Amino acid sequence: MTRKQRRLTLIGCALVVLAIAAGLVLNALRDSIVFFSTPSMVAEKHLGPGKRFRLGGLVEQGSLKRGDNLAVTFTVGDGGATLPVAYKGILPDLFREGQGVIAEGALDATGVFRADTVLAKHDETYMPKDVADALKKQGHWKDDYGAKPGNMPSASAAPTQGAMR
Amino acid sequence: MIAESGHYALVLALALALIQSIVPIVGARWRDAALMNVARSTALAQLLFVAASFAALVTLHVTSDFSVANVYENSHSLKPLLYKITGVWGNHEGSMLLWVSILALFGGLVAVFGNNLPLSLRAHVLAVQAWVASAFYLFILITSNPFLRIANPPIEGRDLNPVLQDIGLAVHPPMLYLGYVGFSISFSFAVAALLEGRIDAAWARWVRPWTLMAWIFLTLGIAMGSYWAYYELGWGGWWFWDPVENASLMPWLAGTALLHSALVMEKRNALKVWTVLLSILTFSLSLLGTFLVRSGVLTSVHAFATDPTRGVFILLILFVFIGGSLSLYAWRAPALKQGGLFAPISREGALVLNNLLLTTACATVFIGTLYPLALEVLTGEKISVGAPFFNFTFAPLFVPLLLAVPFGPLLAWKRGDLLGAAQRLMVAGITALVAIALVFAWTYGGATLAPLAIGLAAFVIMGALCDLAERVALFRIPLSLSLRRAGGLPRATWGTAFAHAGLGIALIGIVCETTWNSEYIGSMKPDDVARVAGYELRLDGLNPRQGPNFREMVAQFTVTRDGEKVSVMTPSKRNFTTRGASTTEAALLTRGASQLYISLGDTSADGTIAVRIYDKPLVLMIWWGPVLMAFGGLLSLSDRRLRVGAPKPAKAAARALQAAE
Repeated sequence: MTRKQRRLTLIGCALVVLAIAAGLVLNALRDSIVFFSTPSMVAEKHLGPGKRFRLGGLVEQGSLKRGDNLAVTFTVGDGGATLPVAYKGILPDLFREGQGVIAEGALDATGVFRADTVLAKHDETYMPKDVADALKKQGHWKDDYGAKPGNMPSASAAPTQGAMR
Repeated sequence: MIAESGHYALVLALALALIQSIVPIVGARWRDAALMNVARSTALAQLLFVAASFAALVTLHVTSDFSVANVYENSHSLKPLLYKITGVWGNHEGSMLLWVSILALFGGLVAVFGNNLPLSLRAHVLAVQAWVASAFYLFILITSNPFLRIANPPIEGRDLNPVLQDIGLAVHPPMLYLGYVGFSISFSFAVAALLEGRIDAAWARWVRPWTLMAWIFLTLGIAMGSYWAYYELGWGGWWFWDPVENASLMPWLAGTALLHSALVMEKRNALKVWTVLLSILTFSLSLLGTFLVRSGVLTSVHAFATDPTRGVFILLILFVFIGGSLSLYAWRAPALKQGGLFAPISREGALVLNNLLLTTACATVFIGTLYPLALEVLTGEKISVGAPFFNFTFAPLFVPLLLAVPFGPLLAWKRGDLLGAAQRLMVAGITALVAIALVFAWTYGGATLAPLAIGLAAFVIMGALCDLAERVALFRIPLSLSLRRAGGLPRATWGTAFAHAGLGIALIGIVCETTWNSEYIGSMKPDDVARVAGYELRLDGLNPRQGPNFREMVAQFTVTRDGEKVSVMTPSKRNFTTRGASTTEAALLTRGASQLYISLGDTSADGTIAVRIYDKPLVLMIWWGPVLMAFGGLLSLSDRRLRVGAPKPAKAAARALQAAE
């Protein structure tokens, strides 16, 4: 083989691998990406049942109800709309009423959000970033969500993830 | 006083780094040996001052000096001594100080061990090293100074994030940083080579041990981090494809590729331009990792604080170094001479394939990690790219790589014999088929992909052993002769075999844990029994206990199997009073390579407690694999040919170079 042929073989191999990788990436991007929504965005977009998305917002005060065998229901609101959520499993350590939460799952036929994962990736002073941004955008942000009075705003984010696999 | 001295030492280190950035380069231009030698002394002095600065911060933390903001925010006088020390890097400012300390350490090592390097190459390398150092000193001094005082010192500190109060913090960050920052050496060598416009096999001989060292630490650091997440976060996962984890995986993938391409360059003087590019990319990915983790664009345990100026500053550093080095590469790389020829089927060809697959896999991780960020910046739309994306892209690319791994070492340099290699791998192939058949029969009706993956792992492990057997001519000559040959094999050969086998072992662990993991989730009250994978776990009771800076609720489980008592497990739930935060301390019961895992949830009003119990078959192999890989790397590093101090041929080559100047 000449130098040129050898180089062409190499480049050919590289292109094949890259093409396969690009195909895999595009395919995976189409199928396995999850969008983020707040309850108002859900109402606006008329998301159908069965479509997976991430729901973010505040857990409404007094909405948390524990059922049998670790089943829980609560309501997530963003000041505009609310959405009932059902989950079965152990809630993360930092899950609290009035605090930000992110849940992943899909709506069922009755309009209840069936979550299979609940994340509370923040500490006692912070909201999950996505939730904070969404609340700000919709004008429901209160400054005292952000910082605990009298403390320097540098508490670290606790990684408490409560999720079921 | 100590805080001010530490601050001052850091400023002096910056001044030294600035001198080191300029003077040696000028010296190299003027061919002035005295000026070039400035690099050596400044690098050592810089190390001394950064070490002093770091020691000052450690002292402040150990003595609980709450007049320093960093100590107040992250320490507590009741915290055990170990966590007072590890707490130094359990926060943004301190961890950046650790970062530059390690950078200075590597600069100092090059200065000490670089006596046999060509003078101008050493001057250039240390100067580039100092550029990086200066940027990060400035970053610390301007945006994240750990030595700032509080006007009215409080009596008690706010304590360290409870999740970080663990032995893992003593090991994981320093290891990871030794890996991340270790790649700065190969980066500096690459940029130095581009500045000099010259590169040869001696260069590769020099770069490879440093890359290998960084790679060993990074491998251990990632494995340690994964195990830490597994037992500390309390839900039994060991890898979440979280952006922060990806940030450490990307340099590892690129670094692994670099390790292999440097081999081609050292042995065959080929792939020079590509090796230089990989060196630059690997460290760029380390910098990107630092940016992702430290800038606050991500919310995670690693993003200690969100301060936009820091993010902008690191982004600036990122642009200057990555942009600058890649531009330099585009400008100077064509000047580097092309090296030896090789056929597509050869050891070189196999290593090229390895590089191709590793860098492509790295690229898919890159896309998955940065696409959501880019999309949010461009369109404002928020998406999350989770585990499915990576499983669908990363895994298919790793399958051909793993298939190719055993072939590589069996092919000859320059022109290989694929059929011959396949024949020599016959035993490995048969073992793989037997493994597939056995696992398939044993788990009949279960997962179909898992037996295939186990077969692949068996192929990789047996392939590594076949390579060794081939080299010592096992069973073809008397056993005693084979053993003598085994003793005479270069350590690098053993290293390769161990590292490759480690890959297979990790794969077995991953497949078994994800496929045959069983779990029980439910609420239990005392005397309730849970059954998981043949074990019976009885909740004996719940007892409160007082720790040094926390209160905990300890649950006691008696584990029995077939009526026989196996052990007692005591998971607990800790409540840290100062921060009002709680953590879950999982209980682990190790049986061989498998583990039983219990973590607790909330206690409810009627006295029941939520419990998660997992049985994780062969889960420990996930971490034994990387440990074996790192051990292989260590063996290879101790090989005479690679010894950092005095590789004979390299010395000769270096002398020849010096003479040619």
